Amino acid sequence: MTRILDTFQAYLEITAAWVLALLWISPLVYAFWAAFHPGAYAVNFTLGAPLTLDNFAEALSRAPFLRYAVNTVVLVTLILSCQLLLCTLAAYAFARFDFPGRQVVFALVLIQLMITPEILIVENYVTLSRFRLVDTITGIGLPYMASAFGIFLLRQAFKSTPRELEDAARLEGCGTLGVMWRVYVPLARPTYLAYALVSVSHHWNNFLWPLIITNSVETRPLTVGLGIFGAPESGVNWSIVSAATLLSVAPLLIAFLLFQRQFVQSFMYAGIK
Amino acid sequence: MLLPRKNHVHAWLLLMPAAILLIAFTHYPTVTTVVKSLFSKGTAIRPSRFTGLDNYGMMMADPVFWKVLGNNLWFALGTIPTSIALAILMALFVNRALPGRSLVRMAYFTPTILPMIAVANIWLFFYTPDIGLIDQILTGVGLSGHNWLGDPATVLPAVMVMTIWKEAGFFMIFYLAAMQNIPPELKEAARLEGAGRWTYFFRVMFPLLMPTTLFVFINAVLNSFKLVDHLFVLTKGGPDNASNLLLYYIFETAFSYFETHYAAALTVVLLLLLAGMALGQFFILDKRVHYR
Repeated sequence: MTRILDTFQAYLEITAAWVLALLWISPLVYAFWAAFHPGAYAVNFTLGAPLTLDNFAEALSRAPFLRYAVNTVVLVTLILSCQLLLCTLAAYAFARFDFPGRQVVFALVLIQLMITPEILIVENYVTLSRFRLVDTITGIGLPYMASAFGIFLLRQAFKSTPRELEDAARLEGCGTLGVMWRVYVPLARPTYLAYALVSVSHHWNNFLWPLIITNSVETRPLTVGLGIFGAPESGVNWSIVSAATLLSVAPLLIAFLLFQRQFVQSFMYAGIK
Repeated sequence: MLLPRKNHVHAWLLLMPAAILLIAFTHYPTVTTVVKSLFSKGTAIRPSRFTGLDNYGMMMADPVFWKVLGNNLWFALGTIPTSIALAILMALFVNRALPGRSLVRMAYFTPTILPMIAVANIWLFFYTPDIGLIDQILTGVGLSGHNWLGDPATVLPAVMVMTIWKEAGFFMIFYLAAMQNIPPELKEAARLEGAGRWTYFFRVMFPLLMPTTLFVFINAVLNSFKLVDHLFVLTKGGPDNASNLLLYYIFETAFSYFETHYAAALTVVLLLLLAGMALGQFFILDKRVHYR
């Protein structure tokens, strides 16, 4: 009897897990449905509805999504490369140098974990306009390049690197930068990968700050372009909005499907501080 | 090895680039925000002048500020416990043998990697009166539709539902990691003692997940004050500020009404809230580490 109950409960659980999964994925599934079918079928789920790519063509003709995509790629590449460089240098200083005031400076860095640049939109806008960087891709990226999170993560990785390796490299004649490049950076590769995935997905999705700092097609990233496009007053139908939405999330979604395991692990890794 | 003095110089040189940017975009603007909040808005004929706490007095008398603060509190209260509970449930589901486990896990996690602005576009359609998906389903089963985002009573809950959907899968990842770190012997021991699954969960697993819950909770609270992207697509804070949140109000005050000094005072409140939570986190986490 208990056996039957157990089996029943197991099936119940499987069903619940799947129902929840279907519920969770349904908005995305719906976007796919609407994007690939004519507008008349956006709310009319007929199985044999004709498939079409017109919505994508229409979305592309109404807004320069390819340009937005290029801007986004340039933006995330710029941010990530600067972050990796700056955070590596700073993390190494915190992990391996003992200088007066180190604790205080480190605490000042960690403040950025709470006070992210979005909170200080007004003053950061003033600063960037002073440097004439409003409406530039550099302007979107600059506030994020010195990332406290990156410094913290890399410092942890560098600290767990055996010191003997550094001493050996020093004996071989490596300078500070040489040690860093030849010993610390290669050994911290998993950390770099995890950080890169978190950073790319974060900046690909960021909206508020790019919205404030950009005002032209040449600099706007996908999220801002989509935000303007999807506004109800722009008078486009749901199928076209869905197509535009899929165009904007496609690169990240494909990357996610390909590197699912790494994505999940990197988020996990990023959380375990 | 290097001489100590040269060592210091190296350290500072390594820190320099990051330090300059951190000061420029975190510390300096924090200070200028506080200073600015003590000054009046200047005009062409009357320059900005020191007014002390006038902006804060104005804030105390501003019903929208209180409304927005209350909304943010409700928003946090409404989204955080539910998304944490769902996250635990999801993690429990995918932590054991389940047909199609990786597909299920992917379904839970996918909303996390999509931009808020993109998913808000989809959800906007769900909530649209009459032609929207929710109303279609409701009328299909004989109920009447509703203007979910147009009604002050339902707009904030509607926004919360979408936020829960977006965040639960993200929190699930941390719970999954924590559950995989629980030694399987504990489960066997509990089973030998005759403990049922509920007893095992509440007496063994849940207490062991407390550090994760704390981490997730604090992140969720911080997020609930930082995340406003969906408001740009779904509601613009309306109707009648019923779904307005603090950061969105700051944005509106500064970039739509150009009241930058008042926006500075609002930002100071947000900074204080975040700092308070950061200190809380520091002390609670400190305690936890101490006891372990």
